[in-house]
Amino acid sequence: MPRTVPPWEIKHEVYIKAEDETDPKYGHIPLERPPTEFIRYGVINLNKPAGPTSHEVAAWTKKLLQLEVIGHGGTLEA
Amino acid sequence: MTGVLPITLEDSTKVVQAFLYSGKEYVCVMKLHGDVGETRVRRVLAEFEDEIYQRPPLRSSVKRQIRTRRIYYINYLEADGRNVLFRVGCEGGTYIRKLCFDVGEVLGVGAHMQELRRTRAGPFSEDGQTHVTLHDLAYYFNEWREKQDPNILREFIQPMESALALIPKLVVRDSAVDALCHGANLTAPGVLSVESHIEKGSIVALFTLKGEAIALGKAVLPTEEILNTNRGTVATLERVLMPRGTYPKIWKSVPKQ
Repeated sequence: MPRTVPPWEIKHEVYIKAEDETDPKYGHIPLERPPTEFIRYGVINLNKPAGPTSHEVAAWTKKLLQLEVIGHGGTLEA
Repeated sequence: MTGVLPITLEDSTKVVQAFLYSGKEYVCVMKLHGDVGETRVRRVLAEFEDEIYQRPPLRSSVKRQIRTRRIYYINYLEADGRNVLFRVGCEGGTYIRKLCFDVGEVLGVGAHMQELRRTRAGPFSEDGQTHVTLHDLAYYFNEWREKQDPNILREFIQPMESALALIPKLVVRDSAVDALCHGANLTAPGVLSVESHIEKGSIVALFTLKGEAIALGKAVLPTEEILNTNRGTVATLERVLMPRGTYPKIWKSVPKQ
């Protein structure tokens, strides 16, 4: 079977249809969000250790950062 | 099990879906229950680089029916007696434990998954993209609390937009943003740019010119048609990510061609 290209190796081309400007009064460039917003719209690329479950690790992070809501992308369990 | 675990904070939890269905990569130790030559092991592993059948195990949260999953690649790394080390790239929801069991069956000796480390979840991998340990997390958070320097936050947190890196993007005008935040479909005049590889039904990410994620949508047209059409719906909304009112309400505005 010919090798399928995994999603992270697909190169996306960008095609411009029209040009326009964005008003600096509204919104933020993601990396320039003020701290509270930066955290609220943030994700962490965590290197999970052996031992605790994914849920436990997420709960620990939620407690450490004093957050209301937390989620994780795909359980890493035995 | 260890390795890459994306953690979504507060409102960015809306993008968690982007990880569940995205591709994954693992490094795995498979323990064979008998002695097999390297050539045969390599050959059988290569056979599994395909669309494979799997039924979720007893201990799972999904419906236990047979389904197919694609294995993008299996790279044999090395063997130490009956322990075989390999790297595997696969579709989300693939059970590596079952893969090892099935490889064992085909080899005739039986096998089980001894150890597993996830090296990639969608766009998140072990290299770059601020891959942090729990220790790093505690350290940086403490630094942040003491020094209140926003640059410290960027050491261990990244914008939720990074979770969408593998999803094809459409960039839209400022004037279209607030309507999208209210759940309106995206129409042709609002589109500024479109990425390749979009087909009808593809999940797409809608962005502002500043690079902010507005919503996840489903394309109604493929890339070429989105580029060429001047009217009509281009994508329906799946999940709004940006709060209403971030951009001004300009319901009646129609950009001059």
